[in-house]
Amino acid sequence: MRVMVIDDSKTMRNIERSILNQLGYTEVEEACNGQDALTKVAAFNPDLLLVDWNMPNMDGITFVKAYREQGHKTAIIMVTTENEKTRVIEAIKAGVNNYVVKPFTPELLGERINDTMAKLESAP
Amino acid sequence: MSNALNPIYVTAFIEATQNVFQTMLHQKVSFGKPVPGRLPHLENDVSAIIGMTGDVVGTVVLSLPAATASKIVECFVGSPIDIKNDDFADAVGELVNMISGGAKAKFDGQQVRISCPSVVIGQGHTVQQPSGSVCISIPCESSCGGFSVDVSIKKVGVSQASEPAAA
Repeated sequence: MRVMVIDDSKTMRNIERSILNQLGYTEVEEACNGQDALTKVAAFNPDLLLVDWNMPNMDGITFVKAYREQGHKTAIIMVTTENEKTRVIEAIKAGVNNYVVKPFTPELLGERINDTMAKLESAP
Repeated sequence: MSNALNPIYVTAFIEATQNVFQTMLHQKVSFGKPVPGRLPHLENDVSAIIGMTGDVVGTVVLSLPAATASKIVECFVGSPIDIKNDDFADAVGELVNMISGGAKAKFDGQQVRISCPSVVIGQGHTVQQPSGSVCISIPCESSCGGFSVDVSIKKVGVSQASEPAAA
């Protein structure tokens, strides 16, 4: 499974990459904001996107809307400090499949990835 | 306006700081009595700053001595990073980002947005609090050393930033 990590913090990209590697996902691409991600998704063709919300140039929610408008069905998990219910609802409406609030444990991220991919696989 | 911050905000930042350190650094933090203004005794070599806008307007500053910051960053990322390396500022900035994000979620229904973090590194510097703000410094002690979370709130939309004056 190919995973793209989109976060402006190199620290968080490294942490998420490390967790993904521990989970057995070794095909990982990184992007530092939404704009950067839009230029990389076509070539990388990810199966899953982990997207931060607050980023410079293009934030995560703008990226998700733009990506879905292009017709992509790829799984998206928002990984963010934005914890309010209104923000979670906004993200789901924009096309996010699941949500992880920072700070998170490796176990939680792994569970959300497994849940998300299982739901997509079982969808008609 | 009272010079004491509403306890809702103080508690929010204490709980968020504890959550970030426990989850990401596997450390418990002990907290001293929050004091109005800045902590005079704490050396301030590294400051990670985030702005808040919306129903609450203000700033959050994670203030650390260099030695403490170095230990915390090493614990956070899993290896030592030179304080002059860009990755050092990135890591400290991400900590204040998580603390601020976690705290604002506990602001009792108020809609608050946070900026991307900025990090200042320089021996013995101070971060000036915005005029007209209610400021508080929360002293923190971790196994990596002492630091503080300094919060200043200038405007609150829905409820009051400061404690109501005693009758």
